[in-house]
Amino acid sequence: MSTYSLARGIKQTHKPGENPWSVSRMVALLILAFLAATWLVPFGWAVLTSLKSEADAGASTIDLSPPDGFSFEAYRKVLTAGDIPAWAWNSLITSVAITFITVATSALAGYAFSRLDFRGRRWLYAAIIAAIIIPPQLLIVPLFRQMLAFDLVDTYWGIILPQAFAPAMVLILKRFFDQIPVELEDAARVDGANRLRVFWSVVLPLSRPILAAVAIFVFIGAWNNFLWPFIVTTDADLMTLPVGLQTVKSAYGLQYAQNMASAILAALPLVVVFLFFQRQIIKGIATTGFGGQ
Amino acid sequence: MSTAIDTPTDVAVEVAQGNGSGAARAKRDQTLTGWAFAAPFTVLFVLFLVVPAIYGLYLSFTGETLTGANSGLIGFANYTEALQDPDMWRSLGNTLWFTLLSTIPLVLLSLAFALLVNLGLPGRWLWRLSFFMPYLLASTVVVLFWAWMYNPKLGLINGVLAEFGIAPVAWLQDPNVAMISVVLTTLWWTIGFNFLLYLAALQNIPEQQFEAAAIDGAGKWRQLFSIVIPQLAPTTALIVTLQILASLKVFDQIYMLTNGGPAGSTRSIVQYIYESGFTGYRFGYSSAISYLFFAIIVLVSIAQYKLINRRSAS
Repeated sequence: MSTYSLARGIKQTHKPGENPWSVSRMVALLILAFLAATWLVPFGWAVLTSLKSEADAGASTIDLSPPDGFSFEAYRKVLTAGDIPAWAWNSLITSVAITFITVATSALAGYAFSRLDFRGRRWLYAAIIAAIIIPPQLLIVPLFRQMLAFDLVDTYWGIILPQAFAPAMVLILKRFFDQIPVELEDAARVDGANRLRVFWSVVLPLSRPILAAVAIFVFIGAWNNFLWPFIVTTDADLMTLPVGLQTVKSAYGLQYAQNMASAILAALPLVVVFLFFQRQIIKGIATTGFGGQ
Repeated sequence: MSTAIDTPTDVAVEVAQGNGSGAARAKRDQTLTGWAFAAPFTVLFVLFLVVPAIYGLYLSFTGETLTGANSGLIGFANYTEALQDPDMWRSLGNTLWFTLLSTIPLVLLSLAFALLVNLGLPGRWLWRLSFFMPYLLASTVVVLFWAWMYNPKLGLINGVLAEFGIAPVAWLQDPNVAMISVVLTTLWWTIGFNFLLYLAALQNIPEQQFEAAAIDGAGKWRQLFSIVIPQLAPTTALIVTLQILASLKVFDQIYMLTNGGPAGSTRSIVQYIYESGFTGYRFGYSSAISYLFFAIIVLVSIAQYKLINRRSAS
């Protein structure tokens, strides 16, 4: 399904012949503004708390002019004393690796299923489709024991490998490759290029938008994943941001300003990336979301 | 499903290149190339999905624990124990209750939000940003935000209620309220995904249909129910399916907000699997519950598949 209009339609306002200031439109605007404000409240409340002193944050509920004023003290404390920079680094390394491996392996496999009539293709494809409904959450016990046996507990690879493939993405990419005319490849092949070369120089350049969509989807999932990294890491130095923050919550206890500063810092990278690449991200999520059907 | 296997062309190409002794050779080459392309994915897929799935099934028939005592095969003992375990039933009930409570607003409200944003009112990017941004947050961040919102003494929600003279609510501590609080947090966090899919689908409804309806004298509300909602049916089916499956797997936000409490009133089935395995160290038992739950997921998936196919056939 095409989602181009979603990305482009930003400037679209009222339809021609319609009064842009009609009462019903104003009512709709008010409802929308109220809902959006409601959705932004938890962010605003967290930012407000994070700028207070611990004494003020723990003293009263809604205080827009706290006695100690506002400062970045909580952020300074969290960044200097805590492990947040290290966790962010772990998150970045593992998420980039997961994204890269997932996109590369899914694209290669998707191409094989789309173009190559190899022996065993049918049953392998059927197994991959069937696997889409297996929730990874249900495999935590056997997977953890396997990681113990492989000696991968408390390692980057232990976090990365079980997340570094996605059956649904193979399906999405295969469907995309199916739509690329075979003739484009035949020309290159008659010229003597082998399959890998055709794939690299003909198919991949045509697939950039879908590859970006898959990469965005996988990266967000990996960056935010909690359960598996939580199970496979016990060493605080190797924790990803979501897992590390969970320990902050219990360690800092009642230090509300620092709790909120940590949460804001952890939220910031993806929010900033989103502000810059809003269109691509929205398109990516919508494309992969629809692709999973 | 369309396939684009190009065997005839392929053979032609192989022959044209002069590097094969006919169709059989080309076919063998394709099998080699095919497996080479599929191998990196297949290795990961087998090692980290097929193997643990089979190993888990095996574990579910053993009494395997951390100490390794009684690790032999014990037949269906884990399964019969699970079926008589009140905590298992309670967690399963909580999970189904959560799925019902979360799926309905997550589908209806996301549709309402998308319809409102799609009206073309000014500030469109801001509305989209507000509704979608929470979806980008890690569960831990969401929980930090909301545990603070729900704080009984200092939280914003009780603070606002107090302004209206309403007594404070123990959002996460009251067994009658905790599940509602978890659902509200989930709604805030994940509505952006469904909203986005609906918005994308809305923009794909051809403009001419509205023009035709307007000429026929159909008002805005008539158009909504006679054009928009029916056109969105496939999207709704997809969203409902994805949402039910996502809700059934709930773990993060409940585990961190209430730890399944108070008194087990919010513990989900995934949390019970996690606790049996990683707190109780009963690996065999935990695997058995995983498989019972998987059976439910398969049933739900089949039911939805049949429903959707019947609807699109008629």
